[in-house]
Amino acid sequence: MRDRDVDKTNKTNGQALRMDRLCKSYQLGSMELKVLRDIDLTINNGEYIAIMGPSGSGKSTLLNMIGCLDRPTSGDYWLGGENVALLEDDDLSLIRGARIGFVFQSFNLISQLNVVENIEVPMYYQGCSERESEQRAKKLADMVGLGDRLKHRPTELSGGQQQRVAIARSLANDPLIILADEPTGNLDSESGAEILKILDRLHNEGKTLIVVTHDPGIAKTAGRLVELFDGRIKRQPKSE
Amino acid sequence: MFLFRFKRTAKLGLKSLWMHKLRSSLTTLGIIFGVSSVIAMLAIGEGASQEAQAQIARLGSQNIIIKTAKPPEEQDVSGQDESMREYGLTYADAERFRNSIPNVEVIVPSRLIPQQAWYRNRKVAIEIVGTVPWYPEITPAQIKLGRFLTSIDLHHKQSICVVDEKVVDELFLFDDPLGQDIKLQSDYYRVVGVVQSQSRGEAAEALGGGDSAEGKGQGANVGNIYIPLTTVKNRFGEISIQFSGSSGRSVERVELQEITVKVGSVDEVLPTRDTLETLLDRFHKKNDYQVIVPLELLKQAKATQRIFSIVLGSIAAISLLVGGIGIMNIMLATVSERTREIGIRRALGAKKRDIIMQFLSETLMLTLLGGILGISLGSFIPYMVQQFGKMPTVITGESLLLAFGISAGIGVIFGLYPAYRAANMDPIESLRHE
Ligand SMILES: Nc1ncnc2c1ncn2[C@@H]1O[C@H](COP(=O)(O)OP(=O)(O)OP(=O)(O)O)[C@@H](O)[C@H]1O
Ligand SMILES: [Mg+2]
Repeated sequence: MRDRDVDKTNKTNGQALRMDRLCKSYQLGSMELKVLRDIDLTINNGEYIAIMGPSGSGKSTLLNMIGCLDRPTSGDYWLGGENVALLEDDDLSLIRGARIGFVFQSFNLISQLNVVENIEVPMYYQGCSERESEQRAKKLADMVGLGDRLKHRPTELSGGQQQRVAIARSLANDPLIILADEPTGNLDSESGAEILKILDRLHNEGKTLIVVTHDPGIAKTAGRLVELFDGRIKRQPKSE
Repeated sequence: MFLFRFKRTAKLGLKSLWMHKLRSSLTTLGIIFGVSSVIAMLAIGEGASQEAQAQIARLGSQNIIIKTAKPPEEQDVSGQDESMREYGLTYADAERFRNSIPNVEVIVPSRLIPQQAWYRNRKVAIEIVGTVPWYPEITPAQIKLGRFLTSIDLHHKQSICVVDEKVVDELFLFDDPLGQDIKLQSDYYRVVGVVQSQSRGEAAEALGGGDSAEGKGQGANVGNIYIPLTTVKNRFGEISIQFSGSSGRSVERVELQEITVKVGSVDEVLPTRDTLETLLDRFHKKNDYQVIVPLELLKQAKATQRIFSIVLGSIAAISLLVGGIGIMNIMLATVSERTREIGIRRALGAKKRDIIMQFLSETLMLTLLGGILGISLGSFIPYMVQQFGKMPTVITGESLLLAFGISAGIGVIFGLYPAYRAANMDPIESLRHE
């Protein structure tokens, strides 16, 4: 049951992903609500991207699309050389687990599991052995500064600590891309800054980082800013 | 790999069941009661069935039993008049059977007389069975000590007797019964043999018949003393005085209380019964006899027991069904309560079948736990019934297997739908849930 070998190294000359005229719309009764319109977006390996835009402009929708939680209504989405539209549901699960790490605004830890167990979840679905995954989970917890909180439940942690667990969890399967949807949105500025520091470090270690944010500070740290307005990319400075 | 995964899935399931201890145990209760009622009902049904069949089998499946019955029109005439009433089976009947039915193996005529037997200063109520040497052929009871009656005994009207073990227990205690003399009325009879007790009374009761004057009113469970038929005829005559109610008495004359006809094979039982009935009908003006065919009773008993078992089983199955629906209900609630968790797991790489396995294994653990507890409780109930209700119960291996299979089946059937619901939720919507 060990996964079909997921191709983590990119054969498409440094491109992490590419979107071509991608659209997403929801059918609300007889009305069609277009949330994403003709998105053309190319992101290279190792980039740090900030996605900004007013509320309701489709940032989260775009991020879910990148993370293979959602499928486009039309257009193409290539992730590391694979056309996502053609993949089965099981393949999407596999990609999410192996190649992508999610960090959410509301942390989304599983409340009945402790820190180590939460970090282990993605490894469990990739078929890691219990010992191997426990060791790695402890190491990751240590890395985000929670080495002394291994047996704590999420409710026994502060928001900042919970978000650090979430980041550790997103790194469990050593993914290429980290997606973060307003990772500091629920945090005070101090813990927010800490989170940003960790994200920055990950970027320096070579991860591709895509962060949705309202914080202009993050936008400055990021290598590139993608601004959404009403489902369209408003301004996209050429990526280097 | 799969097993290894399964262990962790089970661990996960146990964890979340443990988090809702009260809810889990209340849910399991439904299965526990369902499974235990299946087992208890099957055990009680099987016990009753085996008991009835054993009782009937004791009467012999190749036998046809004809009993003397008090004719109904005379029963109303109550007893101021002392005129003698004659009815019932006669030696002539036995002779006729012997002459006109070709495939008869043996014919055993019997006199049955309730009496008191004395040995030294001990006294016990018994039933005298005046019969013939070939009596053992119609009963499974075996000779334990000494011998049974012989033709010589019959011919010489010997004052000897064969007692059954019940009589031995009550009269002789630790003495060797062989060679001792038992007193019946004013005469002594030497004990020449001991046979197994065969509880004729019980068997007759199981038949719902056995309405003979002698059998009635007697404690059904008395021992038997077998004496040559000729001796009995000589000593006790054929006339008995019946006290009916408080007001009066009547005098009756009955030659034989019972004639048992044994045929060569089970197939001949029913045709022979028909012949016997025509014969009896021709020579008996009064309806003073009753024909009992153990084989037919056995068939009837089996059929009734089957229906009985089906009814009991259905009731138990309904309670299991209710238990299963309870489980499904709880699992649906659990799924919707944990929508967000499902979304998180899906985002972190869980496939649909991972989610299905997670919830299915939780349901399975609930029902199997219920099944195991139900089997223990269900085995305990028949035990109590047997101890205090004096009812035989039999727990068969099949019923245990059935109960276990049913609880696993319920886990899968009632667990699948909630699990599918969980797996097919949209991950994004699940993540947004709350
Ligand atoms: N399942 C859905 N059905 C219908 N409309 C939806 C659905 N999901 C999202 N939308 C709509 O799509 C639009 C974009 O939503 P999205 O969550 O991407 O916005 P956002 O840019 O992340 O906003 P915010 O900054 O407030 O998080 C919204 O107008 C929302 O109402
Ligand atoms: Mg959003």
